[in-house]
Amino acid sequence: MASIKLRAKLAGDTTTVKALVSHPMETGMRKDKKTGKVIPANFIQEVICEHNGNAVMTALWGAAVSKNPYLSFKFKGAKKGETVKLSWSDNNGKSDSADVKVS
Amino acid sequence: MKAFLTVGTVLAILATSSANLAASPKEDLKTFRDYYAKRFPSVPFQDFTNGVYSIDKPSREQWESIEEFPPYELNIEKGETLYKTPFKNGKTYASCFKNGGKGIKQNYPYFDTASGKVKTLEQEINECRKKNGEEALKWKKGKMADLSSYMAYTSRGNKTDIVIPSDPRAMAAYEKGKMGFYAKRGQLNMSCADCHQWNAGNRIRADILSPALGHTSHFPVYRSKWGGLGTIHRRYGGCNKQVRAKPYKAQSDQYRNLEYFHTYMSNGLEQNGPGARK
Amino acid sequence: MTSIKRRTLLKGTVAAGIISSAGLLIPKQVLAKWPSSAFEAKDVETAITGVAGSSEMSDSTDIAIKAPDIAENGAVVPVSITSGMSDIESISIIAAKNGNPLAASFILGKGAEGFVSTRIKMGKTSDVVAVVKAGGKLYTAKKEVKVTIGGCGG
Repeated sequence: MASIKLRAKLAGDTTTVKALVSHPMETGMRKDKKTGKVIPANFIQEVICEHNGNAVMTALWGAAVSKNPYLSFKFKGAKKGETVKLSWSDNNGKSDSADVKVS
Repeated sequence: MKAFLTVGTVLAILATSSANLAASPKEDLKTFRDYYAKRFPSVPFQDFTNGVYSIDKPSREQWESIEEFPPYELNIEKGETLYKTPFKNGKTYASCFKNGGKGIKQNYPYFDTASGKVKTLEQEINECRKKNGEEALKWKKGKMADLSSYMAYTSRGNKTDIVIPSDPRAMAAYEKGKMGFYAKRGQLNMSCADCHQWNAGNRIRADILSPALGHTSHFPVYRSKWGGLGTIHRRYGGCNKQVRAKPYKAQSDQYRNLEYFHTYMSNGLEQNGPGARK
Repeated sequence: MTSIKRRTLLKGTVAAGIISSAGLLIPKQVLAKWPSSAFEAKDVETAITGVAGSSEMSDSTDIAIKAPDIAENGAVVPVSITSGMSDIESISIIAAKNGNPLAASFILGKGAEGFVSTRIKMGKTSDVVAVVKAGGKLYTAKKEVKVTIGGCGG
């Protein structure tokens, strides 16, 4: 919940979802300047956005998605007040989710 | 690496540039504003708070994409949580600041007549912590930047209002800050003014130099380069390193005086921090 | 698991049942679907095949790529892909000259429109290639984004 900022705005019959996720998105190719050691890969691999039990968007990400990643997409079929849920999982098995009401 | 210039050298530099050492801060401010208005006649005054994005369309478009959901929103949230969490003794940050700390950033830095020095917001955040039995935070990033970003966010829209009281020590701090801005430094022998005044809008390799008018309004700043948030003294240090000058320490007298002059030059411009930059 | 099976799994009610009845995502189950061969591919064709099943594409003028001509900072390049095609199954974003060209792939569920926006890292000047899978076929468009080594960050 704390790592995701989520917005879902309805205009006409299209809901625009915007999400900002706090995540380092480390490629595993950078070295720590102080220790010289490689910083291990740590990036979100999958993001699923659900509405009414349907996965309206599934994003498969590589480490080339920027740090503190942003995602936006649009879908039809939601009404005001309904819930949109976003969940992510990374290569280290961590995950988080958040939901928002369509406004 | 020389970190100081003789007064004589600085005076000579100031005499040859169009900065007038004998002018009052009010006169300096007018000269400063007039310079940028003349150099960038199509930029409305308040738009200078958007830095290079006020003078370059392609980078403005990218910035607007970022601003659709800027990463610093994560920091504002963290900052707000930190700000509202009581210290071990039960007190909160709000008890240390006017108006509970909301909407006050436009008044920083200010000249503290009691100590005879310029005080910055970050300094007062740490003073608040020490007063309440907490350890000081590091100055340039992390929790300090998050807290500052929350306070900046609550101050959005307020016009920068730096006061230089008629106290000779305040005037001296202002003048030192001004000298700091116009003095050349580092192996590349460049001053803040060389890039951000005389060459504002010109390119330095692939970057476009931002005008110094409006520089301070958007701090702390989330830089794509840092992948995170940093305070204005973090940026001062970085800029100094980039001209191969040994940077001063964050919250040193030199940077506080510089911030005093630098921010005064943006008086009247609206606070719009925290900001997003490359 | 082939990409076709995965798409059916996600679009169908079976997937919806797994996701909503579990209440939470089960990370390991989700990770099993991540196409590592596509993301680890070092060339564009292998990357596309890994995520879309084939690399046979036709150019399309119904794919709009919004990305800067010159990236302000290669670490954060905003990219949006819009397409008015019908039956879009997925939209993938490739930075052709990245060490691993595939940056992201978006699988559109029921009701999703042909629009995705994100921010990617680009190591150097390269084409940003969009691959849209619609009606079982692949379509593509590209746009060059220049990435420069800056001065001071202005």
